[in-house]
Amino acid sequence: MNILGIRLKKKGTPYGVKVPENKLTAKKQIERAPLPEKAILPLHQNIGAPCEAVVKRGDKVLTGQKIGDSDKFVNAPVHATISGEISGTTMVVNPPTAQLVEALIVTSDGADEWIKLEPPKNPEDLSVKEILARVRDAGLVGLGGAAFPTHVKLSPPKDTKIDTVILNGCECEPYITSDHRVMLEYGEKVLSGLNIINKVLSPDNIYIAIEDNKEDAIDYMEELIVAMGLKDNFKIVPLKSKYPMGAEKILTKMILGREVPIGGLPLHVGVVVHNVSTAKAIHDAVVEGKPFVERVVTVTGAVKNPKNLLVRFGTPLRSLIDYCGGIEGNANEVVLGGPMMGFSQFDFDFPVIKGTNGIIIKESIPINEQDCISCSKCIEVCPMYLMPTLLARYAKAGRYDECKGAYIDDCFECGACAYACPANIPLVQYIKVAKRELAKRAVKK
Amino acid sequence: MSERKFLVSPGPHLWGGLSVSKIMYLVVLALMFPTGAGIYFFGYRAISVIGVSVGTCLLTEYVCKKIRGQPFIMDWSAVVTGVLLGLILPPTIPLWMVAIGAMFAIGIVKEAFGGLGHNIFNPALGARAFMSASFSVPMTTWVKPMGFAADAVTSATPLSGVSNWQQFDPSAYQAMFFGNTAGSLGETSALLILIGGILLLARGIINWRIPAIYIGVVALMSLALGQDPVFHILAGGLMLGAFFMATDYVTSPLTNRGKIIFSVALGVLTVMIRQFGGMPEGVCYSILFMNAFTPLIDRFTKVRPYGLVKRVESAG
Ligand code: SF4
Ligand code: SF4
Repeated sequence: MNILGIRLKKKGTPYGVKVPENKLTAKKQIERAPLPEKAILPLHQNIGAPCEAVVKRGDKVLTGQKIGDSDKFVNAPVHATISGEISGTTMVVNPPTAQLVEALIVTSDGADEWIKLEPPKNPEDLSVKEILARVRDAGLVGLGGAAFPTHVKLSPPKDTKIDTVILNGCECEPYITSDHRVMLEYGEKVLSGLNIINKVLSPDNIYIAIEDNKEDAIDYMEELIVAMGLKDNFKIVPLKSKYPMGAEKILTKMILGREVPIGGLPLHVGVVVHNVSTAKAIHDAVVEGKPFVERVVTVTGAVKNPKNLLVRFGTPLRSLIDYCGGIEGNANEVVLGGPMMGFSQFDFDFPVIKGTNGIIIKESIPINEQDCISCSKCIEVCPMYLMPTLLARYAKAGRYDECKGAYIDDCFECGACAYACPANIPLVQYIKVAKRELAKRAVKK
Repeated sequence: MSERKFLVSPGPHLWGGLSVSKIMYLVVLALMFPTGAGIYFFGYRAISVIGVSVGTCLLTEYVCKKIRGQPFIMDWSAVVTGVLLGLILPPTIPLWMVAIGAMFAIGIVKEAFGGLGHNIFNPALGARAFMSASFSVPMTTWVKPMGFAADAVTSATPLSGVSNWQQFDPSAYQAMFFGNTAGSLGETSALLILIGGILLLARGIINWRIPAIYIGVVALMSLALGQDPVFHILAGGLMLGAFFMATDYVTSPLTNRGKIIFSVALGVLTVMIRQFGGMPEGVCYSILFMNAFTPLIDRFTKVRPYGLVKRVESAG
């Protein structure tokens, strides 16, 4: 089906790897997870500045009430996700950064009583400034993984013209289906959110990028664009399923043929990429006036009943795993995020946070590192056209300057190289070590 | 949930599973096609030469690993070397020479340089060059295919008369394509080498650029010199060399650009050695020669990374 040329020709790349998709939950409707008895809410859930608590122990809070905020621009506030009482604070380790962050604990009163929402009378009439204020106040961050505050991404520097917005519905990580389900079940909200992005950035073109393993979502988005009467600059780009198709820089290259300069952002070449779940959350925040307190999380792998769950932030992993029937078989690893770029988590009291799109329970893979046999597989698959074998070789030898010379900064740690390496060399780990060392040196200078 | 032991490991948490030993095993499987041809045409001799070669390679690898205090991993790479060496030897070669060649291949060319991944030269070819120098007569005595018959009749290989280069004699092509001609054990049947090679291409084990460009350049060069390109392609181990030896990971360049330079040079060198070197066999020496240049090619053929606007720091 191709209505009015909305759907563009399928695109693909020779780079990246084909991974077994294991999308066990692709057909499972989103279910609401039980509300937690205690919500653990880290005050630092975005890539920018941490928040300061604006409530204190013993305070009563309502669902959606702001509990942490900051006066920094690159920051997103944190809200209570259930109603109850602030019963204390705790420290949690945030796996991506391995940093200890402070978290507030809200003990539920069982009522889930919301703050009074203030949706705009006429969303159409909101100014760009008002939209951005609402997005910020709702605490939105990018839901594709990096947790970059959304209002910042929607406020490009004055001299930067954004000519293209890409809505990222690729979900190229295996197992995870949260974005897929969001497109199918909240399609109108996604497109409404995208339309708001359109209003803020007024790009020439808007591309909705979806991998071809989600034909149903492609069809549905196409129908909705017509049904909602969206402007004719909305196009759908189907992409051949491959990992890591959904990385911003890869999308920019594939759809527009533009390469983001090393160390730069897509906006440096006039492009902004937003994830579909973020678009839906933008709709909720701007049109419904709802703070960002929940998201869809795929709980899957070796659990009895894999599910797509609508989860309030702060819900401990343990209760979600239990809700899905518990762990089965010989699984011995719990990964937050996708299996390629996600992080192992050992503390099951750790809560779902804004950046959590999946919880995957699996058997860990053995690492039997052998010597590099120069097979070039890592080079062939690297979407950033790097030479991972050299990066690892230099890193192992402590020759970090040579890593820098081999453009290590370009690597976004997608793991395609390590996935393909026959010698089972943990290439990404070596690269991370080198990056950390280089960062330390940069600080010293 | 609490009795379980949970692990924390770095990402990615998935692995493709195509391991080194699986790759080497697939190469051995692919080599079974030319090996089959060798056995069909040269009977017991083929079985014993290849058997001794593989056995000695494995044993040598085992001993070397023990001496260096490393674990012996059965990764099939020694088998690949063993089979390849067997395939590029004359059928009548005395078996003790095969054993010495195999020890040289693994002990000197591979393990002395640090083992798989560290060797500079292709072990089987290195051993063949060494054997040609040490045992020149048996290394150049060829017999007509005799199957399992007892008597072997000495014969010239299609390549041994260099004058044959200009023959343009299509009647010889058929025998050379199927392998019914004098020559090394596994080099005579272009057809079965091709089948094995295509198997490796289909599984993504070897990069098509090397055999395609190597063979293509040999054809073009020979045409330019007014010689018979079909003959050049079918004769003298080019097919086996192009599919199974020039594609050796360790001793060929890393990047596609490097591989292209490498295989063009191989094609040119092979025809030059055949034409001007007075040696009919150019494949073995060309590949060894280019193996030596691989580190240099790698230095100058790095990939341009994504998003490189201007070169700020110099690489490497
Ligand atoms: S080097 Fe970095 S960007 Fe390239 S494949 Fe490996 S992890 Fe991905
Ligand atoms: S994939 Fe692994 S073995 Fe192959 S070249 Fe890269 S690092 Fe070496």
